[in-house]
Amino acid sequence: MSTLEIKDLHVSVETDQGTKQILRGVDLTINQGETHAIMGPNGSGKSTLAYTIAGHPKYTVESGSILLDGEEVTDMSVDERARAGLFLAMQYPVEIPGVTVQNFLRTAKTAIDGEAPAIRSWIKDVRSSMEQLRMDPAFAERNVNEGFSGGEKKRHEILQLELLKPKFAVLDETDSGLDVDALKIVSEGVNRVKQDTGLGLLLITHYTRILRYIRPDFVHVFVAGKVAEQGGPELADRLEDEGYDRFLGASA
Amino acid sequence: MTSTTSTLEPGQHRIKAHSDGAFVPVQTRSERFASTEVADFEAVTGAEAVWKLTPVRKLSALLDGPLDGSAHPLDARTGDGVTIEWVGRDDARIGSAGVPEDRGSANAWSGFEQALAITVAGEGREATVVRSELGTAARAAHTVITAAPQSTGIVILENRGSAVLAENVEIVVGDGAQLTVVSVQDWADDALHLASHFAQIGRDAKLKHVVVSFGGEVVRVNPSGHLTSEGGDVELLGLYFSDAGQHLEQQVYVDHDAPHTRSRVNYKGALQGEGARSVWIGDVLIRQSATGTDSYEQNRNLVLSDGTRADSIPNLEIETGDIAGAGHASATGRFDDEQLFYLQARGISEEEARRLVVKGFLAEIVQQIGAPELEERLLGAIEAELAAAQGA
Repeated sequence: MSTLEIKDLHVSVETDQGTKQILRGVDLTINQGETHAIMGPNGSGKSTLAYTIAGHPKYTVESGSILLDGEEVTDMSVDERARAGLFLAMQYPVEIPGVTVQNFLRTAKTAIDGEAPAIRSWIKDVRSSMEQLRMDPAFAERNVNEGFSGGEKKRHEILQLELLKPKFAVLDETDSGLDVDALKIVSEGVNRVKQDTGLGLLLITHYTRILRYIRPDFVHVFVAGKVAEQGGPELADRLEDEGYDRFLGASA
Repeated sequence: MTSTTSTLEPGQHRIKAHSDGAFVPVQTRSERFASTEVADFEAVTGAEAVWKLTPVRKLSALLDGPLDGSAHPLDARTGDGVTIEWVGRDDARIGSAGVPEDRGSANAWSGFEQALAITVAGEGREATVVRSELGTAARAAHTVITAAPQSTGIVILENRGSAVLAENVEIVVGDGAQLTVVSVQDWADDALHLASHFAQIGRDAKLKHVVVSFGGEVVRVNPSGHLTSEGGDVELLGLYFSDAGQHLEQQVYVDHDAPHTRSRVNYKGALQGEGARSVWIGDVLIRQSATGTDSYEQNRNLVLSDGTRADSIPNLEIETGDIAGAGHASATGRFDDEQLFYLQARGISEEEARRLVVKGFLAEIVQQIGAPELEERLLGAIEAELAAAQGA
């Protein structure tokens, strides 16, 4: 069984006003098969954690470590992390003009697996996954994220999740900007991947809405760059009733 | 000789007829001086509007020197319905699409002895003319491509090897015809090439014109599309990949001079390596006669390394209030780090990610050519450019 361990992680970002500390000692352990929700108010560092795990160059790890089965992830390049089994479903996926979804997916799959996928089963996999995410087949011919609606972008992220089969996936506010129908489709997709591959999930969200569809095993509340409280799914229910005021008051 | 002088404000524009190089700048694109005689143009100093971004010192053989205007070696592949022949200077087709507006173009016009005439008749015609043995002596060339009324076809001009060449290409698209002309500059590293393409588009006719420049030391291809009949449509597309020390230039001109004409200009380029340069100037003129016109022009450059320079200058002149649309866009940007991050986050290596993005960027133009075999070859050439640039 794989484990993703985050130990005393401190992360800063360069801004016009100088270096800004965002994560101030995050500890978190996720085992494969577990779903962890990270909740918290805006600016608490949730997305920073997501991008730091993926290795975005904007974020500097000051101290601490991220270990995937004991291997130091922070020493790896962005693509090495992905090949090691980490996946980030982005909140704002970027457009790649001139690169079709089909070409992109095949290139990514080949990179992750270290060899090109067998053509016939690959085409079948892509097609069935797109069907289940209610994506039109013509989608494969479009350029990556170009002119996609918000919902299409998120479905496309989950499509990649399903095809690339990572050990751990971080979903960064995948629920934002989705209507209820799209949220259901996307959540079904995530649950299906979890059932099929038994991956570990780190679900980053501001709202509890998505947790009705993807049930977390653990909930962590982020405030001011660290975990302020953690518990089981009941914590999410409590946050739904009370909001984050309690934590914001305590940190002020 | 043909010349145009200002008629708008004679008092202010009482300048000598040879305005090319004169101190007073030309106020509107339509007033630019034109002549088929090289002697009508003053020596190029490099300060002129049409030359100021060009390394003119490297081009003296083409701008000033005598040129070999005899028939040049070529390899032509044609199917039915296309004729290719050498004709004399007195052939009626010569001069039917345009007149030189700069000294290099005029020197080629004054210097050519025989012109290559390519005529397309019928439907679905194809012709490819390859020039690969032009050598290093300065040459003048003249080509006239004629598409008969209602004909459809594609003419591909491919250029390889060394060359020191000044040339004019005239394109006459007959009423209702649909013609694609692709000019591929895949020259050797030492090639110097000045080309002016003049296209005359007939009633309800359509020209798709594509300039692809990869190789050569200085390559300047200036296409102009003249929409002088109602319903004419021109698409001017271009792609270029400028490596270290290369200068790739294109000055594009669309002249809307009839109602309900349409134009689309889209040029995309990548630059990589010390001293890699590109110039794109896009002039669109919508005359008073051109009511209901729809036009859009854009140029995008992708800068892949330090030490490059891309000039991108769109100009739009509109003389009528009654148009369907007119717009322009120009953007020159570095490689987008967020695109790189996105692709790398899916396991794709940085090198492969760069290749994908650049290929995708330029492929947008390739995909519009409509000749699968050529498209495939051009995509391969882009791959090779990238591999060479990354290996350097």
